[in-house]
Amino acid sequence: MITLPSSRRGWLKAAGASVLGMVLAGCDRIAENPKVLGVIDAAEGLNRRAQRLLASRRTLAPEFSRASISRDFRANGTTNPADDDYRALAEDGFAGWRLVVDGLVDHPLSLSLDQVRALPARTQVTRHDCVEGWSGIAEWKGARMTALLAAAGLKPTARYIVLHCADTFDAGAPEGQRKYYESLDLVDALHPQTILAYEMNGETLAIPHGAPLRLRAEKHLGYKQAKYVMRVEAVDSLDHIGAGKGGFWPDRGYERYAGI
Amino acid sequence: MTEAVATAIASPRVARPRKVLVRRHSLAVRLTHWVNVLSLTFLLLSGLQIFNAHPALYWGNASTFADPWLATGGGVQGGRLVGQTMIAGWHFDTTGFLGASRVHGVWQVRGFPAWLTLPSEKYLAVGRRYHFFFAWLFVINGAIYLASGLLSGHLRRDLLPTRDQLNPRHVWHEIVEHARLRFAKGEEARRYNVLQKGAYLGVALVLLPLMVLTGMTMSPSLDASFPWLLTLFGGRQSARSIHFICANLIVAFVIVHLAMVVLSGLWNNIRSMITGRYAIEVEEPAP
Repeated sequence: MITLPSSRRGWLKAAGASVLGMVLAGCDRIAENPKVLGVIDAAEGLNRRAQRLLASRRTLAPEFSRASISRDFRANGTTNPADDDYRALAEDGFAGWRLVVDGLVDHPLSLSLDQVRALPARTQVTRHDCVEGWSGIAEWKGARMTALLAAAGLKPTARYIVLHCADTFDAGAPEGQRKYYESLDLVDALHPQTILAYEMNGETLAIPHGAPLRLRAEKHLGYKQAKYVMRVEAVDSLDHIGAGKGGFWPDRGYERYAGI
Repeated sequence: MTEAVATAIASPRVARPRKVLVRRHSLAVRLTHWVNVLSLTFLLLSGLQIFNAHPALYWGNASTFADPWLATGGGVQGGRLVGQTMIAGWHFDTTGFLGASRVHGVWQVRGFPAWLTLPSEKYLAVGRRYHFFFAWLFVINGAIYLASGLLSGHLRRDLLPTRDQLNPRHVWHEIVEHARLRFAKGEEARRYNVLQKGAYLGVALVLLPLMVLTGMTMSPSLDASFPWLLTLFGGRQSARSIHFICANLIVAFVIVHLAMVVLSGLWNNIRSMITGRYAIEVEEPAP
């Protein structure tokens, strides 16, 4: 038998709470209905197109003075990968680490950290905007993605660049969707500020921030800035990578074009 | 002397109020008003979901995590969860509303409570999708309102205060009348009073456009296209703070607006925003 609250006030409060609960559950059922979300998703394409329309391919994200570098730049997401392969590389100071560049390229590459450092580089002081709402400013130095892709020679069929990472982010996910990954279309991959960074604020990139190599694509939110990058793959479609939405978080409901 | 006047002299005038329906709101105003209601409701609820992902606000370009000007969160005190909110160095116990509240009977650490966020649970990705969809609807609707308001003369004719309304004594008189809940009658009710005009213009031309611009400033991609936005608002985190403050001001406006709607004639006001017809009482001589 259900025990009823004895006082009238208690009953009213319980009734109010359950009505509110029903309203919330009803709202959530509608709000998270796939058909409703399908309509709502129209805005993502509109955002991407509007943001592309308003910027030329070479419009740069704002850059800041070194004086404005944050003293408390937050490391988010994975901050110390537990994966055995990565741990072994890290203990060795990444001496055995290689960046693989493959997929739709003429010359697949396997580069040591020194070889990545020898590529044409760019240094930039930029703002990192987390999708949660906070921002931090840091100076990044890294190999230009344009130089890396030119060295590998993109095939004409390549449309996206996928960044495969070392860190398992969701151990409970199906095989092939556990590790972090991100992707860029060619407009963003070939943007002048898109670099694979190995230095942060003048020092070797630390593990919490993605050592030995992380992406910086400055017109995008933080989740686009893949850390612990192991492999750069050129593809013609994102359908068969992860769950097919172009990134670890996009596979979980976030926008692939992380411009806002 | 005409007969009518003669009659009036013969039997003293008795002023008898008579209701007439005047055309108050154009179709464009009515449509954009209700689309605005819909989009602002969704924008507020999904916006609070987004705020909850990092319930702290800062000034400048970057976050100084140790020194927000507003922050809310929860902590365990005496074996129970309490919500604490800090605004500009002042600390408040906000248990049950901000910082810590119950979701399906279970206490949780969260910024705004579940009944004020969309979705009710913590779900940033879906909150963002709703926010951007209704942001587009809101901007397109607002552009239609402003364009039609300028072209039709609605903004100038109905919302711009006239010279006599701007007289300080008149403004003070209106404030006193409002405080006594005495609202304009007769011919004076044909136009908005000066406080109404000020509130509507402030919301339509200042607060709502500020929401759009500060929202755009939070986009790293749009900052690349319009770096002047960062200069205008003093950085991305300042823009986020201003976005939040303006949202609160809009909520405050809506509360006062709804109170005024109720107090100055609920049915008449609602009818005027649906059918466009508004009843005013005019005095006319008895037959």
